[in-house]
Amino acid sequence: MKFTEDHEWLRVEDDLVVVGITEHASTQLGDVVFVELPEVGTKVAAGDEIVVIESVKAASDIVAPVDGEIVEVNDAIVDEPGKVNEDPLGAAWFFKLKVEDMDEIDKFMDEDAYKEFVG
Amino acid sequence: MTELKRLALHDLHTELGGRMVPFAGYEMPVQYPAGVMAEHTHTREKAGLFDVSHMGQVILRAGSYEDAALALESLVPVDVAGLSEGRQRYGFFTNDAGGLLDDLMLANRGDHLFMVVNAACKVQDIAHMRAALEPQGVAVEEITDRALLALQGPMAEAVLAAHAPAVAGMRFMDVAVMEIDGAECWISRSGYTGEDGYEISVPEGAADGFARKLLADDRVLPIGLGARDSLRLEAGLCLYGHDIDAGTTPVEAGLTWAIQKIRRPGGARPGGYPGADRIAHDLDEGPARRRVGLRPEGRAPMREGVALFATEDGEDQIGKITSGGFGPTVGAPVAMGYVPAQFAEPGTRLWGEVRGKRLPVAVAPLPFTPANFKR
Repeated sequence: MKFTEDHEWLRVEDDLVVVGITEHASTQLGDVVFVELPEVGTKVAAGDEIVVIESVKAASDIVAPVDGEIVEVNDAIVDEPGKVNEDPLGAAWFFKLKVEDMDEIDKFMDEDAYKEFVG
Repeated sequence: MTELKRLALHDLHTELGGRMVPFAGYEMPVQYPAGVMAEHTHTREKAGLFDVSHMGQVILRAGSYEDAALALESLVPVDVAGLSEGRQRYGFFTNDAGGLLDDLMLANRGDHLFMVVNAACKVQDIAHMRAALEPQGVAVEEITDRALLALQGPMAEAVLAAHAPAVAGMRFMDVAVMEIDGAECWISRSGYTGEDGYEISVPEGAADGFARKLLADDRVLPIGLGARDSLRLEAGLCLYGHDIDAGTTPVEAGLTWAIQKIRRPGGARPGGYPGADRIAHDLDEGPARRRVGLRPEGRAPMREGVALFATEDGEDQIGKITSGGFGPTVGAPVAMGYVPAQFAEPGTRLWGEVRGKRLPVAVAPLPFTPANFKR
C-alpha cells in the first residue's frame, strides 16, 4: 500500500488502483456525514478534486492522486458515510482508477515514510 | 497575534484528550475523543458537561434590584423590572437601528441583577453598560474569578441533585445560590441545547474539583464546542455573530417573544431603548425578512454562507444560510437562515447553492428537535 501527502492510500489491484483515505485523515475529519463520488467513466488528472467529503465539522475534497479513469465507485459509503470512520483502510474505499502509467504509483510514500510524515 | 487566554479547567480538558482550538480569544475544547456525533447524542440521551467559562458574567447593583433593572431597560427591550426574584429571562442589547448588539441571560438575584453575555461581545457589552448605566447610579461589576459550567441532558437533574438535592425543585429559568462542597455556586435551570439542564457559576478555585466530581458519574461525558453548536442548531437557538448581529432586528430573528407586551407600543413601559422605533415598526408591519429553519432535501449539509434562491435557475439570490450542518439527532442536515417574509412559510421549497450546484431545501419549523425543558 502507498500513501500520498493528501492522506490518501493507494492499493494496486490487478491493473487498477483502489483509493481511500487514511486512518489519520478520518480521525482528523471527525464523523463523516456526507460523501459525493465522481461518476464512473470520468477521466481525471492528478490533483483534480473529485470527491467531496463532509464531516460534522467541515467540507473537504479528495483529489485524484494520478491521471486515470474512474472505473468503479463505492456507493456503500454514500449510503453510510459513517463507514469512512469505522473502516477507512478497508470497506470504506472511495473509487477505483484505471491508471495510464502504473509506474506513477511508485513515487508515493510507503507505510513507514507516511508514518513519519504524519509524525 | 494576541495571546490566547486559558480557562481555569485547561489542564482538565487536555487530560481528557480535548482538541483545543482558538475561540473568542480562548483556547477551548472543540471535541473530546468520543467525537462530535457521540457527544451530541450522549447529551440528548444522558448528560453532558460543557465548560463555558469564556462567557462574560456581570453583576449590576444599584439601590435595589428594581433600580438596576429599570436602568438596564434603557438598553434592552425586555421587561427586566417585572422579573420575579429567583427567575431568569432571555434578552438582548439593541443599537439605534434596532439591530442586535448581543444576546444574554439576566436574572433577578434579590438585591442585584446577574447577567451572562457572549464571550466575543463581553468587552464591548461591559463598556456599553458602564457608559449608559453608571450615570444612572448603577455599578457594573465583571465577575472574573468564576468558571461557568453547563450540565445538560435528561439525566442532568439526577446527576447534579446527588451533590445539591435542592436543584431537583428548580423549574426552567429558576436561579438559586447553593453551597456545593463548601463553594458558593450560582445555579440556573437553563442551557443552550434544547435539553433540561443547569448552568453553574463556580468559584475558579473549586471548579476543577467540581467538574471532576460530575465527570466521575458514568452518566456524564465532557462535551466540546462542536456538539454545543450542533445541539443548539437542532434546538433552533441563535448563535450571535452568525444568526443574529448588529444588522438583524429581533423581530426579523423571530425573537419577538422575548419583548414582553409591557415594553411594546401600548404597554406600560414602551420603548425607551435604542432602536425602539424600528422595532415598533417591525412589530406593527411585520419584518421584510425572517429567520427560518431549513431542511436540505438531500444529504449534503448546507453551511453558513450558502446562498438561497427561489428557483433552480433564477438569478436573484433571495437569502442566505447563517448556520448549518448535520443534525445528529435529526439524522439529516439542518440549517437556519434569512429569507424574504413571503418565502418564510414552512414547506416552501427553495434552492441552496452548494459547490456551484442548486440543491432543493425546504423551509421548516423550528426547533428541529423538541425542547425538553422542566417547566
